[in-house]
Amino acid sequence: MRKNSRLPNLHNLGIHLRILLIVNLLAVMAAILLSKQLGEFFTLLAQISALVQPIILLSMLGLYALYPVLNKLKYWQGALVIVLLEITFTYLVFIFIYHYFAFDTIPEIGRACLLSAIVTGIVLYYFYLQERAYSPAIAEARLQALQARIRPHFLFNSINAVLSLIRSQPKRAETALEDMADLFRVLMSENRDLVPLAQEIGLCHQYLDLEKLRLEERLKITWQIDDMPSDAMIPPLIMQPLLENAVYHGIEPMPEGGEIIVKIYTKLKELNIVINNPYAPQNDRHNGNKMALKNIEERLKLHFDLESSLKTSTKNSRYEVHIRIPEKI
Amino acid sequence: MSQTLKILIADDETPARNRMRDLLGDIEHVTVVAEAKNGKEAIDLAQTTMPDVMLLDIRMPVMDGIEAAQHAQKLEPKPYIIFTTAFDAYAIKAFDLNAIDYLLKPIRLERLQIAINKAHALKPLPLDALKPLQKMRSHLSIHERGRVLLVSIETIIYLRAELKYITVRTAEREYLVEESLTSLETEFGERFIRLHRNCLVAPQFIAGYEKRTIDEESLWVAMFKEIPETVAISRRQQYLVKQT
Repeated sequence: MRKNSRLPNLHNLGIHLRILLIVNLLAVMAAILLSKQLGEFFTLLAQISALVQPIILLSMLGLYALYPVLNKLKYWQGALVIVLLEITFTYLVFIFIYHYFAFDTIPEIGRACLLSAIVTGIVLYYFYLQERAYSPAIAEARLQALQARIRPHFLFNSINAVLSLIRSQPKRAETALEDMADLFRVLMSENRDLVPLAQEIGLCHQYLDLEKLRLEERLKITWQIDDMPSDAMIPPLIMQPLLENAVYHGIEPMPEGGEIIVKIYTKLKELNIVINNPYAPQNDRHNGNKMALKNIEERLKLHFDLESSLKTSTKNSRYEVHIRIPEKI
Repeated sequence: MSQTLKILIADDETPARNRMRDLLGDIEHVTVVAEAKNGKEAIDLAQTTMPDVMLLDIRMPVMDGIEAAQHAQKLEPKPYIIFTTAFDAYAIKAFDLNAIDYLLKPIRLERLQIAINKAHALKPLPLDALKPLQKMRSHLSIHERGRVLLVSIETIIYLRAELKYITVRTAEREYLVEESLTSLETEFGERFIRLHRNCLVAPQFIAGYEKRTIDEESLWVAMFKEIPETVAISRRQQYLVKQT
């Protein structure tokens, strides 16, 4: 859950990228407004940039460092501090440039500070609006709508498989029904908070046990997860739908079945989840696959913004989904 | 009806076959004569066991139930088809519209009983209704001396139109089918290219091209990896040679 503070997450690379973009866009606009012809535009832009870039750089570093403190303040206090901070940075940069470089076109210091405050206001307002668009209530509603749905195909086939066990192997039928109950409890849960990776893996095992019931030795799984951080936090139901896809598109159409490989590791403070399954294009059925992928991609975005990624690739008749998310413990 | 009905079960999942067998065990005057793991096995087994009823799962590897039902129409005697499926909204709609019998998994004994009872009143399967459910056949079925042979599309090197038939050439041998080259081209367009007015060729079997002079007329022919025959390339299609 998000805290009350509406300040953007200044530890997020995507946020800084956007600040950089907005400010530079404003600089370009300023240059266009002030210039009379093209040649002049580039000179002006260069001059403005020479002043603006150091300020941005300084603010990005400053804001990154101060974010933990700012986050503890109320929203308006935080915003005020940021505006004051930006004015200070502008002031410092101007003093510095004034002293060491003799610019003849340098604007008046007061006006520069005012401009800096306005630009900061614009950027903050942008993030305020964006935050509202993704406000917890709305994000929650969207997450709910995006909640992974299990294939009816799997549900009914599994029930059928369990029914087949009741007469001959009642013990196994019991376990299967228990697994099913657990799986559906998670699927129907209202909880969209991050869960420990180990919990998701446990769920995947239960799901795969059910599929094994139907597919038997056709379904082979290799877990390469010795290096995984079990307590890393991930959004719930990120892996299970992908495994369901792998089974549906990769194993079921093969008469001899195949092997699904799951790899989880951390690299550069990022959690990597790789799911690899056999794939034969001529067996490909409707594009239900895309739905699940899009769903997961959107949920990742709601949780991690630009810091996560989901990539798919097909190589040597194998299909692979690779998810990267920041490692949170 | 006191005569025993012979039943063939086709499903890729063992538990599903077990469940079906259990249920059929509770019904009188039926006997399970064969169990198949996919549509191709079902057709092959049906030739020796001659079932009265085929219970076909829709989604199976190698050959799905829809295709198997179509090939089964060439069997003698023609079996009665009942489809089974866990969930396939599209197929179910088509079945309902055309009064095709199907059973939803998990299957209930009563429903199965009703469907089996209906099997006594044999009615033809509306093949046209199955066509839209079938994307591309995995096999061609060929009637030969009272048997139905299944030839995997993947093994076909070329299809050549003769007078009334199509010659189907695989690495092993030739078969004759009664279909039209145009409809085969529409169905398997992704897999074959038309090298000549009367010939569709699977490009992955082509070993190379050669210029030959036949009747003082020089023309290009395609040569194949596993068979000595060649296929002439019509003038219109010669740009294909230049592309390679």
